[in-house]
Amino acid sequence: MTGSILFEAIAFLAGAVICVPIAKRFGLSAVLGYLLAGILIGPFLLGFVGEEGEDILHFAEFGVVMMLFLIGLEIEPKNFWNMRRTILGMGGLQVVATMGFSMAFFSLLSYDWKVSLTISMAVALSSTAIVLQTLKEKGLMNTTFGASSFSILLFQDIIVIFMLGALPLLSTASHTTVADDHSSTSLLENLPLGLQTLAIVSSVAILVLAGRYLVVPMLRLIARTGVRELLIASALLLVLAITLLMELAGLSPALGAFIGGVVLATSEFKHELESTLEPFKDLLLGLFFMAVGASINFLVISENPGMIGTLVIGIILLKAIVLFVVGAIFKLKLDQRPLLTVGLAQVGEFAFVLLSFAFQLHILNRVQMDMMLVVTAISMTLTPILAVLNERIILPRFGTRESEERPMDTIETTNKVILVGFGHFGSTVGRFLRAYGVEATILDSDSNRVDLLRKMGFKVFYGDATRLNLLKSAGIAEADILIAAIDNPDSNIRLIKLVKKEYPHVKLMVRAKNRYVAYELLNMGVENIYRETLDTSVKLASDVLSEMGFRKYTLHRQAQKFIQTDEESLRRLAKQSRNEEDYIFKTREEIAAQEKLLEEDRKRGIIEDDHLWDSEQMRVL
Amino acid sequence: MNKILILFAHPRFEQSRTNKALVQNVRHKKGVTFHDLYEQYPDFHIDISYEKNLLEEHDVMIWHHPFYWYSCPPLMKQWIDLVLEYGWAYGPEGNALQGKKCLQIITTGGSRKVYCSEGRNIYTINEFLRPFEQTARLCGMEYLTPFAVMGTHYLKTADLETFSQQYVKIVDFLLEDKSLSDIKNCVFQTDIPDYTKLAAK
Repeated sequence: MTGSILFEAIAFLAGAVICVPIAKRFGLSAVLGYLLAGILIGPFLLGFVGEEGEDILHFAEFGVVMMLFLIGLEIEPKNFWNMRRTILGMGGLQVVATMGFSMAFFSLLSYDWKVSLTISMAVALSSTAIVLQTLKEKGLMNTTFGASSFSILLFQDIIVIFMLGALPLLSTASHTTVADDHSSTSLLENLPLGLQTLAIVSSVAILVLAGRYLVVPMLRLIARTGVRELLIASALLLVLAITLLMELAGLSPALGAFIGGVVLATSEFKHELESTLEPFKDLLLGLFFMAVGASINFLVISENPGMIGTLVIGIILLKAIVLFVVGAIFKLKLDQRPLLTVGLAQVGEFAFVLLSFAFQLHILNRVQMDMMLVVTAISMTLTPILAVLNERIILPRFGTRESEERPMDTIETTNKVILVGFGHFGSTVGRFLRAYGVEATILDSDSNRVDLLRKMGFKVFYGDATRLNLLKSAGIAEADILIAAIDNPDSNIRLIKLVKKEYPHVKLMVRAKNRYVAYELLNMGVENIYRETLDTSVKLASDVLSEMGFRKYTLHRQAQKFIQTDEESLRRLAKQSRNEEDYIFKTREEIAAQEKLLEEDRKRGIIEDDHLWDSEQMRVL
Repeated sequence: MNKILILFAHPRFEQSRTNKALVQNVRHKKGVTFHDLYEQYPDFHIDISYEKNLLEEHDVMIWHHPFYWYSCPPLMKQWIDLVLEYGWAYGPEGNALQGKKCLQIITTGGSRKVYCSEGRNIYTINEFLRPFEQTARLCGMEYLTPFAVMGTHYLKTADLETFSQQYVKIVDFLLEDKSLSDIKNCVFQTDIPDYTKLAAK
């Protein structure tokens, strides 16, 4: 059944299209959906794809490269420099400790020390792809544990270069035969170590300089041509060129891409590059996860299920313990530690590279490699499942408590207002309410913030507000008003759906990220919608007009009128956009909606029918 | 030399040729603070302590506004309500404005002949301005005879120039603390009773 490229493409795409929505429906992450799709179409279930899964794996690693490029784009060089302590400290400690314990573990299983060391290297590395994708999906990149995870992963990306460099030293086979087999052909392989280091340093320098003085001018030139697809082409070219350069230098392409991203983070093309590469990245990562799923060799498992099981559990436990301790040493809060622990406990995709390289070097035999590959793939597959268990079972039990025990002597007053999300938006809402003497019950998912708020005397519940239990303990049954001010529109909408269904009596006041979220909310029957992009932008525009000499009071009136008309058109256009699945075609939809909006403005004409207090119309000429 | 505070209140200043003409020659005069209320407080959120400081720094307060529905524009009324506080502007120890002068300068669309017992509006401008007059008096201010530019719909550019010059003259007199009754050919509303004489009786 396998063989034709077309057929395989269909198998992968269909697998994704079918499995991911199912996973999402059950509230699981897309990553798990892809992994399951991979298992499903893999050689051991449906058999749509066969051994070539591993080639696809290599190809799909571009997804990881692109992801790091995109992450780099979001980190300005200054911030990167500020992270150096966590990267070296947490990352270094995690890798060294994990390798140490894993060496001991595999030596106990009576493996040769070289084999144990090689496997330990692979085990020490976590999956950048899975972890970062999950963090992004859940919007947790900016939490303390998100940043810690990222730091550790970045360190691993750096250390893997040295691991790949060190492997040949463990090999008994002669170097020449190895170089022939080695798939990533590094020019520098046979150079002395000093020169290699020099080459690595200089290639990073090339990357930084080229990024600043070559790529940006080139992009400007291309942007000037006005041919859109050229920009897409150059974005792809950029990532591929970085990959090639890094492979030539024997560096990790992911790391190179990350540095490239950081270099371009301050350029004006940041957002253009982001939006261009995003879909490629997502698709390739999806492919990558499916390839991981497909590469799980169930034959190996069936031959030795006990051993594999022991290894998987042993390795995950070992990594988890190390991570937990590292988290503790670096003063991560008690509830953030399980998140870090579970998040990074898998063996990552670098293991595929390291293990197969070690096999080529004859350090590992085929049985050992196959077994470890299976363990790696299973541990990756288990990650999202463990995360779900962690979120639903472990986390609620400890860490920052969901609610706080109140001293017996205070009378429990039920706060009539519940405020969900105390970020930039919600905090302003809460502060004003408090200034008015109204103490809202606050729900927030950032434990550091929760602790601060508790110190300040707020009544705060910690956790995921889209869980019914938490809402119940926050007293939603007695609440009159719920303010939904979560930053992430999807979470906000999930919260609204839940409250509307379970507690229809609660009045909802909802923050809407933008017009399109507002459409969705309106179509869900939410009446009180507060678009964060409306009032402020109109205020800015009227200040501009005021600077140009227009009178402030007239502007003030016209701004109110503009907002009112915009609210009306919002309600009118929301009805037209009523199509539940439409939001998938977001950009197209948004452009169409924008067109309608501008069209309405054009029809209304410029503001000139303002005759209020205009005595000119009464003038006798 | 006196210092003059012009409290100007016009919701559509940009559309008023009369008031533009009136304002243009006085707003930048030395000794004059031109305070454009609708520009300063488009949202009606008046900074009370700032306003009180301004008043304390000046000797003469001019209320300059168009005459809408026999009264001042709403922001002007808001200003009176908020700034002239009990215990500061009036009431026991409310003597911050004691002895200062208050002049009202208004523009009306209707001409002088509609503002009299035979005209459409029956009452004179002064009768309509009684609340302002009494407000100033309650604050211990001397309420000067109001200056009214009337029938603005009929005014020619030359007329506007004349009124503008009269405004300048009024301001000059006030700056030098001279009596406005010495200004000739100026449209003051002169039927304000002389309360200093009344009080003496």
